[in-house]
Amino acid sequence: MDVMVPNTFKVQKFIKETHDTFTIELKSLETKNGFTFEPGQFNMIYIFGIGEIPISISGDPNKSGILVHTTRAVGTVTKEMAKLKKDDIVGIRGPFGRPWPIKEAIGSDVLLVAGGIGLAPLRPVIYHLLSNREYYGRIILLYGARTPQDILYRKELEKLRSRLDIDIIVTVDRAVKNWTGNVGVVTTLIPRAPFDPINTIAMICGPEIMMRYTIVELLKRGLSKENIYVSMERNMKCGVGFCGHCQYGTEFICKDGPVFSFKEIEHLFGKREI
Amino acid sequence: METLEKILVNHPFVQGLAPEHVQLIVGCAKNVVFEPGKYLFRENEQANSFYIIRTGKVAIEVYSPEVGSIIIQTLGEGDILGWSWLIPPYQWRFDARAVELTRVIELDGTCLRNKCENDPALGYEFMKRLANVFEQRLDAMRIQLLDLYGKK
Amino acid sequence: MKIIDIQEIDNLISLLREMNYLVVGPTIQNGAIIYSQITTSKDLPIGYTDDQSPGRYRLIKDKKESYFNYVVGPQSWKKFLYPAIQKLYTAYFKNNKLEIEREENPTTKYAFIGVRSCEINAIEIQDRIFFGGEYQNSRYKGLRKNCFIVAVNCSKANSNCFCTSMNTGPEVKSGFDLVLTEVINNSHHFFLIDSGSEKGEEVLSKLNTREPDKESLELGNKVIEETKKQITKQLETEDLKDILLRSLESPVYDEVSKRCLACGNCTMVCPTCFCMTVEDYTDFFKTKAERIQKWDSCFTLEYSYIHGGSVRVTTGSRYRQWLTHKLASWHEQFGTSGCVGCGRCITWCPVGIDITEEATKVRRIAEFQTTSMEEI
Repeated sequence: MDVMVPNTFKVQKFIKETHDTFTIELKSLETKNGFTFEPGQFNMIYIFGIGEIPISISGDPNKSGILVHTTRAVGTVTKEMAKLKKDDIVGIRGPFGRPWPIKEAIGSDVLLVAGGIGLAPLRPVIYHLLSNREYYGRIILLYGARTPQDILYRKELEKLRSRLDIDIIVTVDRAVKNWTGNVGVVTTLIPRAPFDPINTIAMICGPEIMMRYTIVELLKRGLSKENIYVSMERNMKCGVGFCGHCQYGTEFICKDGPVFSFKEIEHLFGKREI
Repeated sequence: METLEKILVNHPFVQGLAPEHVQLIVGCAKNVVFEPGKYLFRENEQANSFYIIRTGKVAIEVYSPEVGSIIIQTLGEGDILGWSWLIPPYQWRFDARAVELTRVIELDGTCLRNKCENDPALGYEFMKRLANVFEQRLDAMRIQLLDLYGKK
Repeated sequence: MKIIDIQEIDNLISLLREMNYLVVGPTIQNGAIIYSQITTSKDLPIGYTDDQSPGRYRLIKDKKESYFNYVVGPQSWKKFLYPAIQKLYTAYFKNNKLEIEREENPTTKYAFIGVRSCEINAIEIQDRIFFGGEYQNSRYKGLRKNCFIVAVNCSKANSNCFCTSMNTGPEVKSGFDLVLTEVINNSHHFFLIDSGSEKGEEVLSKLNTREPDKESLELGNKVIEETKKQITKQLETEDLKDILLRSLESPVYDEVSKRCLACGNCTMVCPTCFCMTVEDYTDFFKTKAERIQKWDSCFTLEYSYIHGGSVRVTTGSRYRQWLTHKLASWHEQFGTSGCVGCGRCITWCPVGIDITEEATKVRRIAEFQTTSMEEI
C-alpha cells in the first residue's frame, strides 16, 4: 500500500447545500469494508487531471458504509468538484490527522463554535455526541453564517433543534426583515451561551480570525486554554508529513493536527506569516 | 409580583451597582411589553428611552428602498438597547423592532440624564457600563465588517 | 584497516558493477563536481579541487593528482535516493471510469563513491523523514536499503564547512559500507580502506589490499586532523533551537529579506531539504494524467497558498521558515537538526547569505535583548 496513491470512490449522491457549498456521498469501489474515521479527520480528494486537496470528513462516524464530504466551491479543485454528479469517480487518500477531543470531552459540557463552512468538520462531532449522549454534559452549538441563505445543513439543524438535549443557536452576519433569528457575529453568542466554563471543552472551526475572537470570548468566560480546541488550515500536498507545506511552527498540521488545543499553539496563534 | 428593583438588580447591566444608585434609577423605570412586529422606536424619532431587555428579541434595522429593512443586529435577554437619549441631538439613528414578544424595562432618558448630572458617581458608573457595551458592539461590528465567510 | 593502491579504485568500480550496482561518483560537468554514473577512475575529478566562499564556487587545478581532494559540490546524493521528479501514478479516465495505476518502485541498486561524512549524516536524516515515522515512502526506502556507500574522509575543507559544529564530520564514523582515506604526499599516493558492513567486507575481501604499517596509519590520521584544522566556520548550537523558536519576530528576518532573492537555491542544494509538491500532467484528450511529485521550496509564494492568498508573503517570513525549520523545528519533528554543516546553502546562495551568521544574529539579539541591528 502506498499512502500517496488514492483509492477510487464513486459518487452516490450530490447534494447542493447553499449557492456555493455542496455535499458528496461516496462509496468505495475497492473495498466492502467501508470507510472508518474519527471526527475531525480529513481526506485528500483527487479529481482527475485537476489535482488534490484536503477536505474534512462530514459524515456520521458510525456509518462506515458511506463517506461524506461537504465543501465550498472556491478553488480550482473544489470548483471542479461542484460539477460532480452521481456515478462519477474520485480518488481518496485518508483518513489523516488528529481528531477532535471527543474522548477528552467525556463527562464535560461540549461547546461547538462554527463559522461558515467550519460547520462541516464539526458535523461528525455532533453525530458522535448525540449517539453517545449519556457520556456528555450539555451540548451547545453556536453557528455563525453569512446570511440565512448561507446556513449549512439547515433542515438538519432545524430538526436537531427540536431535540431537548442539544442547544443550537444560529446567527447570521446580515439579514433582511423576514429573518426572525439572530443577527450578529458568532462571538456575540458566547457571553450568554449556557455552559459551565470550568467543565467545558470547546471545539472551534471557522476562519482563523473568527477563531481568534472566539477564543478571546471563551477565555473571558473562564475556559482554560487546554480546553479550547481549534482546527487549523494550511496548504497541504500529501497529508502525511512528506511535503512540508502545512508546517505551522514545529507542527505539521496534517499529522500533528489539524485539531490543536489552544494551549499547544498559543505561541503561534495570530503571529504573522507563520 | 417581582418589583422593578428586583428585576433590575438581576440584569447583567445593573448587577453590582450600589443599592443607592439602583434606587435612583428605579425612579426613572417602567415595565413595557412589545408585541412581535411592534417598533420600540424608529429612525429620526426623538430618543428619550433606555431599554433594558428582560426577554425576547429586538432587531436593530435600517430601511433601504431597494431591499426593505436590513437587520444590523439582534439583541435579546441580558442586553441593553439605545444610547441616543444620552447624546445630542437625542434622535434615534436606527429602527428597533420586536421580533418576538419582548419585555423590557424602559428608563426615561431625561430622568436618567438629570440623575447622572446630579450624582457624578452614578454618572461615571453608568458610563463605564455603557462603555463596556460600546466596546462589545464595536468589536462585533468590526468583525462583522470583515465579512469572514464571504468570497475572498 | 587495509591499504589499496590508487589503481585499485578501478577494480572497486568493476566489482561493484559486476554486483549489478549502478556506480555513481564525482565527475566534472559544467565546471562543478557533479555526481553521475562512472565506469572507470578516469571519470573522477582527478587533479581538481575547488575554491568556495559565500556565493562563490570555482573548480581549480589541484597541485597534486588527487582523486577526492574537493569539497562537496552543488548536488547531493538525494538526487538519486529522492529524485527531483518522480511519477507516483498514472490515472486513466475513460467512459466515466477512473483507474489508477501506481508507478512501480524504482529498483536501481546504487553504489555511491565518494560520500562525505556530512552527506552520510544527511542521508540518515532523510531516512528518518521517509521511513522513521508512521508513514513510509517505499520508493525512497527501497533505493536506500539497496544502496552501497563508499565513503571518503575529507582531505580538505573550505571556508563554508562547519560540520564540526554540527557533529557530522569531517571523519566518517558510521553509515558506510567502505570508507577511504586518500593519502598523498611527495612519496606516497594510496588509499586506506576499511569496511563498515558485511556487504563492505565482502567487497573489500575481493580487492588487492595490503596491511598498513604504522606510518601509513599515521598519515591517514593526519589527513583528517589537517582537515579539521581547516574548518573555521562555527555555529553555536547550544540552546539554539529554543532561542530560534522564541525569536520568531526577530528583526534579523526583515534585515535578511533585503538581501535574500527568495530563489530557493539553498533548498535545492541542501542535502536534507525534502519538501515537495505534486502536479497532474494530462494528455491532450484528458484521458490520461500522470501524477508527478517534484521538489518544492519553502521560498516560493505558492508553497503557503491557501484559498484567498499565500500565508508567507514577505521574503523575511520565508527565510525564517527555512532557517527555523532547519535548525529548530527539525529537532521537534525528527529528533535531529536538519543541518549537517556542509555549507552548500552558503556557497550556492547568489548573494552569499550565511546560515551560521544569520542564526548567530538571532541568538545575539535574543541574548542581549537588543533590537538594534547595528549593535550586533
